[in-house]
Amino acid sequence: MRRLTGGVAKKKKPSAKAVEFQLPIICDADTLRSLVRKKAVRVVDVRKADDYTNEHIPTAVSLPLARILENDAPDKVVEILCELGISDRMPVVVYDDTFGALAARVAWTFQYVGHANTALLEMTFKQWKELGMETEKRPNKYPRASHSLAVNSNIHADAKYVESAKSEPGKLLVDSRERLNFLTEHIPGAKNIPYTMVGANGSILRRAEELKRMIENRGIQNDSEIITYCGSVGTLSGLTYYALKLAGFQNVKLYPKSFKEWKSLGKPKEEFKDANYWDLSAE
Amino acid sequence: MKKSKVTSVSPPKPNPKWGREEETEIFAKRVKLFRQGKISEDDFRRFRLQHGAYGSRLHMDYSMVRIKFPAGEITADQLDKIASLSESFSIGSAHVSTRQNIQLHWVQLEDVSEVMRGLVEVGLTTRESCGNSVRNVMCSHFSGVCPNEVFDATPYSKAIARFFMRNPMCQNLPRKFKINFSCCDQHGLVKVADIGLVPAVKTSEDGQTIRGFKIYLGGGLGAASFIGHLLEEFTPEDRMLSTCMATVRLFDRHGNRENMARNRMRYLVHEMGWEKFQKMALKERSIVEMTTSYSTARMFDVKAEEDTRQLPKATRIAKLPMLNESVTKDSPAFERWLHTNVVAQRQEGYFTLFITLGAGDITASQLRVLASAIRDYSAEGVARNTPHQNFAVRYVRGTELRDFYEKLASVGLANPGALTIASAVGCSGTTSCNLAITNSHRLAKEVQRRFLELGLDTDDLLRDSTVKISGCPNSCGQHEIATVGFFGGATRMNNSMTPTYTMLFAGSAGEQGQLGKVVTRVPAKRVVDTVLKIIEIYRQEKSGNETMHQWITAVAKGKATGTIKDLEDMKGALAQVIQLPSPEQDPDAYMDYGSDSRFIAKTARGECAA
Repeated sequence: MRRLTGGVAKKKKPSAKAVEFQLPIICDADTLRSLVRKKAVRVVDVRKADDYTNEHIPTAVSLPLARILENDAPDKVVEILCELGISDRMPVVVYDDTFGALAARVAWTFQYVGHANTALLEMTFKQWKELGMETEKRPNKYPRASHSLAVNSNIHADAKYVESAKSEPGKLLVDSRERLNFLTEHIPGAKNIPYTMVGANGSILRRAEELKRMIENRGIQNDSEIITYCGSVGTLSGLTYYALKLAGFQNVKLYPKSFKEWKSLGKPKEEFKDANYWDLSAE
Repeated sequence: MKKSKVTSVSPPKPNPKWGREEETEIFAKRVKLFRQGKISEDDFRRFRLQHGAYGSRLHMDYSMVRIKFPAGEITADQLDKIASLSESFSIGSAHVSTRQNIQLHWVQLEDVSEVMRGLVEVGLTTRESCGNSVRNVMCSHFSGVCPNEVFDATPYSKAIARFFMRNPMCQNLPRKFKINFSCCDQHGLVKVADIGLVPAVKTSEDGQTIRGFKIYLGGGLGAASFIGHLLEEFTPEDRMLSTCMATVRLFDRHGNRENMARNRMRYLVHEMGWEKFQKMALKERSIVEMTTSYSTARMFDVKAEEDTRQLPKATRIAKLPMLNESVTKDSPAFERWLHTNVVAQRQEGYFTLFITLGAGDITASQLRVLASAIRDYSAEGVARNTPHQNFAVRYVRGTELRDFYEKLASVGLANPGALTIASAVGCSGTTSCNLAITNSHRLAKEVQRRFLELGLDTDDLLRDSTVKISGCPNSCGQHEIATVGFFGGATRMNNSMTPTYTMLFAGSAGEQGQLGKVVTRVPAKRVVDTVLKIIEIYRQEKSGNETMHQWITAVAKGKATGTIKDLEDMKGALAQVIQLPSPEQDPDAYMDYGSDSRFIAKTARGECAA
């Protein structure tokens, strides 16, 4: 068992009326444990329902990603928040077992509908277990809460927005898919920051200064507006979205419908066919 | 550093100060300046190559990052690091080259410094792995365990690599420079390098055994290849450094800086004539010996590179029958693997086993399993990558071969055939190289797949034969030292541009190494069938226990005794297999592997010469 080293939340006494703890972008394990102990957080498990039933982080509720993807209309999402007993300012920490990508998509969705106080757990459930930290089996149910709807359109992009942005100076399109997929085809003008780049060493995201350096290496100005996308539903690009936030970029948007929609709309693509790079893969 | 579970021996320390963090920062800065247009393209290219980043095929935003491993040695921690770097910044797999480098392909130029940074953490570098420099110093992967060697050349190779690395005397050579060590006269690529060294010993007048080398100069593979010349009967070890320095200095001074196509040292030797070059080299060596300062000479430190760890003795076991007894395609998989991938070492009870890769490719997750297997089962705790694009894992106890095998099998790394004709070599070809005309990389994988399916790895008479494939005439696939070698080109056939390979016969490595002879041109999609046809003919023609390599060598010399006597007869016998129907009848035959469109030979400027 890892011992608690004083999490920030420890210092504040939770009470119903007190100012809620404001989460950073990434919530570390100690902070989460401290919040859990004080019952001052809603932990959201976005793995499959069966995995949740089997074992989960104490006090967590289950919200499989599929439920969000079924219908992520803002009012539906707010309805889910209410159902999970999440009120407007309650700290919410999301985790998954897919290197943070599913958690990122759900966290982004919460923030999009107006739940700003959302963070990603720094690690996956598997890593949480490997560190010997506490889990539980019994499902949790909380009294319904009320949550307001305040769509934050600043963090959302649709195909139309992407299309106009790609030619505007100061706006940058980032493709989060792996290198070979990117080389094969991508939205014209997009830069590739594969999702595989942003995490490392048992953490779903690298340290902020590392991410910052990598992005700086690419010559990207820190006041740029960046739109991230990936292959289909905005999971990989969700993770990149948070990597960019962590690196200090203020203006980041997610194009959740991503390249799948882009292609289905018959929009232009950039392709690279002059090399047989797929034959290098040892799979 | 994780510790081995079977031995109390700690893993070897990687090269101290081999990789340097400040170089990664300088690289990142230069990329930015280049992108801002503040450095010219030519200056930047030179700099980039000197630091081990090669431009990718027809897309200069990406690099191939070449990591050098003197003697091919790689620790488990280094394998783990390469796994994560390949996932983060490359394509999730790594590629073993034919010169004991490991390459990461399609790395974005802006990420190269990050890759370098990761490498520095585990004592690795890409410095001077490309460009006009002393490239990775090779040494036989059998050095130290070879039953025929007189001493282990590994520390010498590592010391010479360290001596020339960042050495001002070789930062601006006319062209690249390659040094290869062997263990014995059989293994190693000593006759096809600028400097090739074979360990040798001599008894002095007072009865002492002196170590030294037989040194070959001026060999090399390329669009025009040459076999190296023996400098003198015996070069004692205390003159080895001065001999190498003298050779590099001669090349630096006299090498052709005008004509990039003919500026390797082998051309200089050829044009000057060996005798003249030999005289100059010996004279230059005397000058070097007289003028080299003590502190410079001390930078060459063989002792510091010696592995002084005491490895535990392995228990003797009854001989593993499968190493020597024949197997078939239907033998149990483990036995077939033992027979085609494992050899006994000089050290009793220990074995060297080979990991079969397809044209040198290995995924990140496979690398991790390999790392863990090395920790668990190799008493020396390292692997070596080989010029056959495989890994050799040495000092594995006979009693643990099965466990090792099971572990490999769990991630698809236990294919048989590593030491047989099935282990075809293929350069990166059109998968990433500017110069490539054909997809040699995929073709090598196709050859391997087909040969393993047919069980050709189990035919011991084919075992000394090799198939090596380059995607252009430049020999990175070492086609000229293969039993059956191929290099890619484009030929108009039936009025249609077709990817083809020029086939060569009877090349060989080692101290008796010979270059292959051209036989004929074969369409890419007919290469596999052509080699199969050659095997079929060989099986009809061979006399007694003649191996295929022996027979092919006889054919190439025009001295075969069956119905096929020489290369002309061979060409005749292959005419039918090589022929293509019209493009309308069989459009696929005119396309290259990995492509579903009409073949167009596209190349760009090569970067071998910076």
